[in-house]
Amino acid sequence: MLEATATADWHRRLMLGLLLAPALLWLFALIVLPHLDLALLSFREPVAPRVYQPSLAQYRTFFTEPLYWHVFVRTATLSAIATALTLLIAFPVAWTITKLARGRMGALLFVVCLIPFWVSETVRTLGWMILLRESGVLPGLLAHLGLTNGPVELLYHDATILVGLVYTSLLFMVVPLVGSLESLDNSLIEAAYDLGSSGFAILRKIVIPHAAPGITAGCIVVFMLTLGNYLTPTLLGGKNSLWFTEQIYSQFITRFNWEQGAAFGFLLLALSTAMVWLGLKLSGQRFSDVMRRT
Amino acid sequence: MAAVSAAGAPPDLEARGVVKRFADHVAVDNVSFNVARGSFFSILGPSGCGKTTLLRMIAGFIAPDTGDIQIGGRSMAGVAPNRRPVNMVFQHLALFPMMNVAENVAFGLARRGVARVERNRKAEAMLERVGLGGAGAKRVDELSGGQRQRVAIARSLVLEPTLLLLDEPLGALDLKLREHMKIELKQLQSAFGTTFVYITHDQSEALVLSDHVGVMNRGHFEQLGTPQELYYAPATPFVAAFVGANNRMTGKASAVNGEMVEVATDSGWQIRARRNGPVTAGSMVEAFVRPEAATIGRTSADLAALPGQMVHAGEVESLLFDGANSAVLVREVTSRFEFRIALPQTGRYADLKVGERIAFSFDPERAACFAARAAHA
Repeated sequence: MLEATATADWHRRLMLGLLLAPALLWLFALIVLPHLDLALLSFREPVAPRVYQPSLAQYRTFFTEPLYWHVFVRTATLSAIATALTLLIAFPVAWTITKLARGRMGALLFVVCLIPFWVSETVRTLGWMILLRESGVLPGLLAHLGLTNGPVELLYHDATILVGLVYTSLLFMVVPLVGSLESLDNSLIEAAYDLGSSGFAILRKIVIPHAAPGITAGCIVVFMLTLGNYLTPTLLGGKNSLWFTEQIYSQFITRFNWEQGAAFGFLLLALSTAMVWLGLKLSGQRFSDVMRRT
Repeated sequence: MAAVSAAGAPPDLEARGVVKRFADHVAVDNVSFNVARGSFFSILGPSGCGKTTLLRMIAGFIAPDTGDIQIGGRSMAGVAPNRRPVNMVFQHLALFPMMNVAENVAFGLARRGVARVERNRKAEAMLERVGLGGAGAKRVDELSGGQRQRVAIARSLVLEPTLLLLDEPLGALDLKLREHMKIELKQLQSAFGTTFVYITHDQSEALVLSDHVGVMNRGHFEQLGTPQELYYAPATPFVAAFVGANNRMTGKASAVNGEMVEVATDSGWQIRARRNGPVTAGSMVEAFVRPEAATIGRTSADLAALPGQMVHAGEVESLLFDGANSAVLVREVTSRFEFRIALPQTGRYADLKVGERIAFSFDPERAACFAARAAHA
C-alpha cells in the first residue's frame, strides 16, 4: 500500500520534471550559462595579448569615468519617468476598457492598443521619425499653422525618447491594469460613492489599493523593458541619447572590449534588480502576488 | 394609498411621478409614493419589474427622466450620491476587502473629515450596537455571512442617514440564515428608528419586515398598503397571485348578484367568489382562493357546519407536509382542476392518502374575483 503510494509519487515527480525540462533547459543554456561566462569576463583584465588576470578594473573604470556613471544615472532616471508617464496614460485607457466601454467595445479598444505591436519595433520607431524629423509631418504642420517660424527638428530630444519609450511600453502596462481593474467589483465603487467619497477618494482608497499588484506588475515590466531598450533611444535620440545599453553595445562591438561590456551588463542587471526591489518595498507588495498579475 | 406620515412631520421619502426610460422600455412608469419617518417600506416585485432602477434613482446613481424625488423634504434633483442623506446596503454587501471591519465602518466618517480618534470611537460603538463588539480588527473575509450583513448595515447607519436603502441583501444567504436575518433586520430597524426602504422579490420577506409594501410590476405600483391589506384585500389580480399562495382560476362570469359573482371556470367548474372591482356578467374573470380559505372534510357531512358554502368533491392528488404549513393538493372531481388546501394544524388530516375521495368547500366571501387582465399578463 505504502509502496504503491511511493511509486505513484515518484511517477508524478518524474512527470513534472519532464514537463518542466524544456523550460529548465532553456533557462540554463540561454540565460544561466552566458551570464556565468559574462560574470567571469567582467572580473578579468587583459595584461598582454591573450593574457588575462582576475581584476576589478572594469568596475573601477565605471566609477572613475564620469561619462559612464552619468549615462547610468540618466538611463535610470529617464526610465523611471517613462514608467510613470506610461502608468499615467495607461490607467485611463485600462479604466475605459474595463469600466466604461460596454460589451464588445471594450474588446475592440483592447485590440486598438494591440495593433501597433503587429509591426516590428523598428518600423514603429521609424514611423515616429517620419512624423518628427525636421522635414517630417509634424514640424511641417506646425510651420504651416504658423505656430513655429519654420520647420523645427523634433527628433533627438529627451522628450522624443520618452514619447517613443512610452508608446512602446503602453501595452505592457495596459494588460496587467486591465486584469486587475476587471476584477474590481463595480459595487465597491458605488458603495464608496454612496458613503460620501469624492472621485479622488474612491481612486485613492478603493481603486488603487485594489489595482496595486497590477500597477506594480506593469511598472516592473515597463521599467525593465525601458531600461534595456536599445533601438528606441538610439533612433529617436540619435548621438545625444546617451542610453546605457548603447555604452554596452559600443564596448562589445565598437571597442571590442568584452570585459568592460560584461561589467556594464552586470551593473545594468544590478540596477534593474535594485529598482524592482525598491518598487516592491515602497508599494508594500509581495513579488509572488505581483507576478501572478503579469 | 400612500403611507400615513407621522403627525406634521414631512415624509422621509417622497417620489412624485418618477419616470425612467431605457432605450426601448419604460423601467419605472410614473411612480409616486411616500415613506413615513421611521417606517420600514418594502418594494416587492418580480425581477425586471423596475424596483432596482427605482432604488438606484433614490440613491442617486441614475437620474429620473421626469418626476421628483424628495428626501427629508428636500428635492434630490442634481444631488450626487455622495451628497445625499441616503446610504445603501448593496445586494452583495460590497464591503471593502482592502480594509478591516472597523475601517469599513469608519470609511464614511473619514470621508466627512471626522478626526481619527472620534471615528474609531464611533465605529467601535456602532459595531457594539450590532453585536460585533471587538471584531473591528478582523478582516472582512473572516466573518460569517450574517456578520458581514451587520457590518454592511453598521457602515451605513454610522452616518445616521435619513434613509437606509437595502437592495435584496438577504438574497445571497442560505435559507436558515435568511430567516434569522429577517428577524434581526426588523429588530435593528426598530432599535435605530431609521427609515428603511427595502427591495425584494421575496414576498415573505416583504410581509414579515414591512410596515408598508409597494407591489411593483412592469414599472408601476400595483398596490401600496400594509402587508395585511395586500394579503387579505389584493387590489389587482397580479397582487393576488404574487403575494402569498393562491389558487388561481380563469373563467367567465355567468352571473353577478351584487357583490357575489358566479364563475364558470375554463376547466368547467362552478364556483362563487366576491367581486373585486367592476365585473359584468359574461366577461372574462380571474378568481383567487387562498388555501386557508378552504376547508377539507372526509365526507360532505363534515362540512355541514359551514352554511352558504358550496361543497365540492375531490380526490387527493398529493400531500405537501411542511409542519404547520402543511397542505394538500386536491383534484376537483368534475373539472379535474388542481386545488390547494391548507391542512388544519391540529393534525386531524395527517392520515390522508393519495387517491382518497374527500369533500371540500371554501368561503366565497374570502375568494376574490377580478375582471381578467389584458392578454399580455
